[in-house]
Amino acid sequence: MATRKTSPAKAVRAPRARSATRRRAAHPRSAPRVVVLVATRKGAWLVHGDTSRKAWRLAGPHFLGHIVSHVVLDPRDGRTLLAAAKTGHLGPTVFRSTDLGASWQEAARPPAFAKVPAGEKGRAVDHTFWLTPGHASEPQVWYAGTSPQGVFRSEDGGATWEPLAGLNDDPQYRKWMGTQQDGTPDGPKLHSIIVDPRDAAHLYLGMSGGGVHESTDRGRTWVPLVKKGLEVVEGFDAANLAFHDPHCVRLCPSNPDRLYQQNHCGLYRIDRPSNEWVRIGRNMPQKIGDIGFPLVVHPRDADTVWMFPMDGTTVWPRTSPDGVPSVYATRNGGSTWQRLAAGMPKGKAWWTVKRQAMTSDGSDPIGLYFGTTSGELWMSRDGGRRWSCIASHLPEIYAVEAAQVAARR
Amino acid sequence: MNVLIPAPLRSYTGASRVDASGATLSAVLFELDRRFPGIRFRMVDEQDRIRRHIRFFVNGAQVFDLEEPLRGTEEILIVQALSGG
Repeated sequence: MATRKTSPAKAVRAPRARSATRRRAAHPRSAPRVVVLVATRKGAWLVHGDTSRKAWRLAGPHFLGHIVSHVVLDPRDGRTLLAAAKTGHLGPTVFRSTDLGASWQEAARPPAFAKVPAGEKGRAVDHTFWLTPGHASEPQVWYAGTSPQGVFRSEDGGATWEPLAGLNDDPQYRKWMGTQQDGTPDGPKLHSIIVDPRDAAHLYLGMSGGGVHESTDRGRTWVPLVKKGLEVVEGFDAANLAFHDPHCVRLCPSNPDRLYQQNHCGLYRIDRPSNEWVRIGRNMPQKIGDIGFPLVVHPRDADTVWMFPMDGTTVWPRTSPDGVPSVYATRNGGSTWQRLAAGMPKGKAWWTVKRQAMTSDGSDPIGLYFGTTSGELWMSRDGGRRWSCIASHLPEIYAVEAAQVAARR
Repeated sequence: MNVLIPAPLRSYTGASRVDASGATLSAVLFELDRRFPGIRFRMVDEQDRIRRHIRFFVNGAQVFDLEEPLRGTEEILIVQALSGG
């Protein structure tokens, strides 16, 4: 296995760093701190916050030059990181660190489809796009979603991965997945793999395109969760799952029967056991619309959700509408929405925030983070009321995750 | 046989050139993978297809078939092809 040491950390400070430094001394060394995991088109960075989340230290790059789709911290041990990476030349792999990124080891067997018999045209993983830690009761289990679309499971902490044939090789699912053309410009994505915190066997995932699906047997078999309510592009048949394009699906930890979905055709909520999605995005301001990529749910309040609108009109610019970036939040499950943009540019800012590039840190008050394709990392310490840029000049940001860690880095 | 390792793969080998043996290019790549775990999958996918931006040259001629026989005295070049910005 290839072992790689990280590059020396480069220290940067957010505005008001001096006051943050003074404040830091008042906090014990073991107080929880936030680390933000930033995956970009040219490598990964770890952004370490102090206990007040006002001073930030940028550590990296890790895997400079690699296309890093996702970096995730294992909440079950608080120190293991998995990173999904490839380069422009080299095939996809997964790197694992058990010391919060000080060193990395490559997976012995990264996600790869089953080899088909000679004469048949088999699929090959282009890149691993999504990583999800397994249930708390299964500390070595991880799930991965790939492009082209496949779902994989590891039972040894990410060292080796097995394809889940019940979806990857199912003829009906292969039809819903479509071809290389039936997805985002850099390939169809299997994403939003969700583990029900009450039941290790109960999973959800999203296929872009191909809809939202559910498993009750740890991913061996899957059924669609697209019964009613979801819209598709005008002129297409909503009964055909191939035309459904979930961008991001989130389960509410405080109410695991509730999921939200940011779809190519609107913003939805579902309350299980119902199979009906409700388009709560209809309550967004009409001028802004309810199209976007990412979605963040509050870890302790299932009625609170944040979304980042984008321009989904005409040729789909996917930038902030009219070049005015903003986050919108609901505190009542989607009935009403509030614009939250203090601190952001008031115009001429043509941002795109991808589906994995917005998250929360679980702190109280809640911290929110998003990364732009223009390489800026923004955060709010107060649930979105005020925003500040904590890192800039990074490569195109693909994914942002945030987690609390106990020890100072 | 002497194998030229391109810069993106030297994190595996620690050297720009390594010696390897095998009756075919495929056998050489498996031997390299045994010694430098993970290196083969970065060049060849799970369906045994050469990845899009990887090229193999044997004695200066590009090889498209991994099962092409080798005599054991060849020089093998592994090259990263252009992949954009």
